[in-house]
Amino acid sequence: MLEVRELSKSFGGLKAVDQASLDVRQGEIVGLIGPNGAGKTTLFASIAGFHTPDAGRVVFNGQDITGLPPHRICTAGMVRTFQITQPFAKISVRENIMVGTYLHTADRKVAEHEAEAVAGMVGMAGQLDQMGADLTVAGRKRLELARALATGPRLLLLDEVMAGLNPTEITEIVQVIRDIRDSGITILLIEHVMQAVTSLAERVYVLNQGRMIAEGTPAAIADDPQVVEAYLGHGAAKVLRA
Amino acid sequence: MSRQAVLCAVGLGIAVIYPLLAPNYLINVGMMVFFVAFIGQSWNIAGGFAGQTSFGHVVFFGTGAYTSTILQVTYGWNPWLAWPAAMLAGGIVGWIIAFLSFRAGLRGSYFALITLAFAEVFRILANSVPFTRGGLGMLIKADQRPINFQFKDPIWIYYIALALCMISLLIAWRLTRNRFGARLVAIRENEDAARALGIDVFAEKVKVLTLSGAMCAAGGTFYAQKYLYIDPSIAFGVDKSVEMLLVSMVGGAGTIFGPLIGSVALTVINEVTRWLASVVPALKNVQPLSLVVYGIMLVLIVARLPDGLMGLFRRKPRHA
Repeated sequence: MLEVRELSKSFGGLKAVDQASLDVRQGEIVGLIGPNGAGKTTLFASIAGFHTPDAGRVVFNGQDITGLPPHRICTAGMVRTFQITQPFAKISVRENIMVGTYLHTADRKVAEHEAEAVAGMVGMAGQLDQMGADLTVAGRKRLELARALATGPRLLLLDEVMAGLNPTEITEIVQVIRDIRDSGITILLIEHVMQAVTSLAERVYVLNQGRMIAEGTPAAIADDPQVVEAYLGHGAAKVLRA
Repeated sequence: MSRQAVLCAVGLGIAVIYPLLAPNYLINVGMMVFFVAFIGQSWNIAGGFAGQTSFGHVVFFGTGAYTSTILQVTYGWNPWLAWPAAMLAGGIVGWIIAFLSFRAGLRGSYFALITLAFAEVFRILANSVPFTRGGLGMLIKADQRPINFQFKDPIWIYYIALALCMISLLIAWRLTRNRFGARLVAIRENEDAARALGIDVFAEKVKVLTLSGAMCAAGGTFYAQKYLYIDPSIAFGVDKSVEMLLVSMVGGAGTIFGPLIGSVALTVINEVTRWLASVVPALKNVQPLSLVVYGIMLVLIVARLPDGLMGLFRRKPRHA
């Protein structure tokens, strides 16, 4: 469904993403992990059209979308969320979500109806009239998810939707993400909360210093010496094994 | 009928009956209230709803005023026909300014400054090109017949201003209830998020500035027909830009009634200070006193009431 081939993106002299490739197949939940500053968010932004890649290709559903603007990519069925939540502060949750549902209907009643359905799906049915600015961190994360879902995507790119949440909230949102996948939406997620990645993702990619260093099931990844070293430092794998 | 609808109907009723009872002087004051509310609303649609704050909105006003006046004086058009042509010109100027500024990625204060620069360029051009007759200005021949968009009785120009204001309120009301308006608000609140959710931010911003420009240009023609004279500093002077921005901010930017309420408030202040200056000897030399009060008011509004006077009535959002 999504093919990223040798994508590179530099800022000044810094190679944020260096020839990274990944594949996401229909119906999967795929994780993208890596230490801080590994280039995960840059890779996401480059896939979703927020950055123009310096090199490489992004193919979505057989269509080359490299360098297309975000709104075109969104219309094609791929939508991202932001790690730093970006709610529309001065309008209600319902109106926030309606911005998403308006993508495929100009009818206000339909948009409103669909927004309420989406809110139900992420557990925000009771907060429809709250202002974007008045939400808690968990509420903002859910809203971020809801708005993206509202655009009717086939592939959802989630950037650290669990960061800053407490364990109960994480359990809840993990279930929401499972439900979303079961409704037929493919998911690629960046995540720091390892427990969540292990329980959600079927396959995991590991990015370190802009390069893709490993790919596999969560269990295989956790045993990969290269991955352990990326997180814990050079030589760590040997020490742990000893 | 909801309480708001009743209030609106009562308000409209009063506005319609008012000139039948008021003396000519007060009819003129009322006309100015609605006229300023109208051009304020044209600013509000771009600056308040879409968050594209302009400091040079007068560029559209002047484009409208000059377009209809030149067509009329130089080419002998009927002003009623020149009016839509003026709106078209305002829309085109809006489109061009939006296209250039937004293509260059200007946001926030950079956009505000570029609009100010455009307005100044237009003012200087109007001062120097032959077809505007430069600094002499242009005089529309007085011939007070309705077919000439000129009226003996001030009540008619009052009603036209009222109608313009009503139309602008309807446009703003539509924006609170349709997709275009929802997208404008999304762009104002967070451009990146709007983009991620499939909104073509550039196209929507160009659209709103085109609409706003056409509206404001309609105000320019109205003004020219009321006073039958324009010159570069009237048509492109920075004070009109400030007035449009001020009534929206005072009343509540991004709200339907903000510009109207702001216009009422500023007109009342204007009239009261004028009267005060004439009766209190100590204030005689503070000229004009209204500007001092405007300034204080703007500081207070920005500091204490960021949502303007409408913020005082703010309730939870309603939904049908």
